[in-house]
Amino acid sequence: MLGYFGRRLVYVVVTLWAISIVTFVIINLPPGDYVSTVIANAQAGGVSLTPAEITNLRLRYGLDDPIFVQYWRWISAIVLHGDFGQSFAWNQPVSTLIGERVLLSAILSLSSLLMVWAIAFPIGIYSAVKQYSWGDYGFSFLGFIGMAIPEFMLALILMYIGFRYFGASVGGLFSPEFQDAAWNLGKVLDLAGHLWVPIVVIGVSGTAGMIRVTRANLLDELYRPYVHTARAKGLPEWKLVLKYPVRMSLSPFFSTVGWLLPGLIGGETIVSVVMSLPTGGPLLLSGVMNQDMYLVGSFIMILSVLTVLGTVVSDLALAWWDPRIRKRYKRE
Amino acid sequence: MPADDVLLEIEDLRTHFLMDDGVVCAVDGVDLRVRKGETLAIVGESGCGKSVMARSILRLVDPPGQIEGGTITLHRDSGPVELVGADTKLLRQIRWNDIAMVFQEPMASLSLVHTIGSQIVEAVRLHENIGKAAARKRAIEMLDRVGIPMPARRVDAYPFELSGGMRQRAMIAMALACKPSLLIADEPTTALDVTTQAQILELLRDLQDEFGMAIMLITHDLGVAAQVADSMAVMYLGRVVEYGSAEQVLATPRHPYAQALLRSMPRLGRARQRRLTAIKGMVPPPYARPDGCFFHPRCEHVVEGRCDRVSPRLLQVADRQVSCLLYEEDK
Repeated sequence: MLGYFGRRLVYVVVTLWAISIVTFVIINLPPGDYVSTVIANAQAGGVSLTPAEITNLRLRYGLDDPIFVQYWRWISAIVLHGDFGQSFAWNQPVSTLIGERVLLSAILSLSSLLMVWAIAFPIGIYSAVKQYSWGDYGFSFLGFIGMAIPEFMLALILMYIGFRYFGASVGGLFSPEFQDAAWNLGKVLDLAGHLWVPIVVIGVSGTAGMIRVTRANLLDELYRPYVHTARAKGLPEWKLVLKYPVRMSLSPFFSTVGWLLPGLIGGETIVSVVMSLPTGGPLLLSGVMNQDMYLVGSFIMILSVLTVLGTVVSDLALAWWDPRIRKRYKRE
Repeated sequence: MPADDVLLEIEDLRTHFLMDDGVVCAVDGVDLRVRKGETLAIVGESGCGKSVMARSILRLVDPPGQIEGGTITLHRDSGPVELVGADTKLLRQIRWNDIAMVFQEPMASLSLVHTIGSQIVEAVRLHENIGKAAARKRAIEMLDRVGIPMPARRVDAYPFELSGGMRQRAMIAMALACKPSLLIADEPTTALDVTTQAQILELLRDLQDEFGMAIMLITHDLGVAAQVADSMAVMYLGRVVEYGSAEQVLATPRHPYAQALLRSMPRLGRARQRRLTAIKGMVPPPYARPDGCFFHPRCEHVVEGRCDRVSPRLLQVADRQVSCLLYEEDK
């Protein structure tokens, strides 16, 4: 078992190394760099930079060094000093920028996730057990609507309703008076008052999808012989459904549960942009548009680390859940 | 047959599947009796309804299948119980405690994510008011009794850690843990190799002697039926066509289908050069059952104008029951 995970760890390092190279190359692929964005912005503002200023800027950011030198400077700082570099546009360390947003991203992701699970699992199980009943049709109908409505549209509608009928401030996670205030009870309540809109928006399509997945996975198991055995043993219906087929149908869920990890800092970009939420997604988007090399590179690197670690977490979770997997790890 | 001898009585059982394209009458008026302590073999081709009939007894047929009519009476020590109309609470008490089942694929019919022991313990504790430790002790005893080596260790094994034969033994241990009066074994040896098959059949016979339960053995394999059965029912398209003692049915089958079925079976000692005869024609499609006797399009003794019009009844003919117009004419 330990040997197995030792090997996994080596794969993790190799994978991350490969990702770092690919990431860096792709960031450098588009023509131009951060300085050309600065020049373009300046011209748009009616100012033109002198050639000396431009050279200075390029020198300062080391943009004229060969790409592998730039890569080495970036990756060695991350690995050796935990320094993710400086954002050009924000003129702040990348770690500070991301750190500010992690908490809110995580709160948002986790709460919408809990909402998705709390609603989708019971409905999915109900829909599978009562397949083709009116209830199943009803939930399927709602589910398809939920999946079909684009998130940004739902966000706009909810924001409009909130503003028009409840007088809530539009977008953001705080009312203006709490925006820069220190944390206190009032601010927490204000956050809760704002948070439900993005949670609902993000949760709706997730819930709809999860209902379909839960239902389909459970239907695969519901008529297997071991369910007949359990029924023949005299177990009450709801108990046997939860103990046997539901248990089996959750294996695919556990094998992907770790992928939620990257979502904690980077998910839900579109909704966050529409509702101007200070989460990670919009930060990454603006970085890409500005060709803010180290911000984007480091952000993607962190997402990759979380994704790869998430996969390991998934495998552990699956081994914990499913004895067949556990025994296989033990043999290896 | 003395009435106090009967354990299970099935009368005019009909189980139909309401499909989009029509109704499939998987079980179409079955009459059967299982006597206490005997082994009744139900034989027939695939799709003749024997499995659905067996599942109907404990009402385990999945939708769209449903029991359309008939009665199933279980004679318990405390009195007879009718199962088709029984409420679910009573039915759950009877399941496993009075009637237990063993299925074809032990790998599929045991849960792979629960240990053998926990599945047996669950069955015991559902029906008996005993603690975990006592139930676990019973599980180990049962595993030992069905010939699983090192039962105290195997009780914590998962089904996928055992071989096919051992799995089926574990399944049998679970089935007998509550000492049922009837064990329904639905193709219990079909998924096993021939050597293991013989061992399992012998085990069932030993256990029957010890526990005194009746066995309803569903099989398409006449050889298996011949080895263990006391009585035998031959089914065709959802009906019993011949029912009698196994010895008599195998030696002198009376229904043309039973005769054809036996002729299609290879036998040791029979002249080598003699060809096996296949039953002519195909099993008719499920939505288009023939009129009259279901077997008449394939029957060698068909009487035109009669077999294709009149539906035969299961009648007592000498030492057994046969459902064929040839014998109704005789009368």
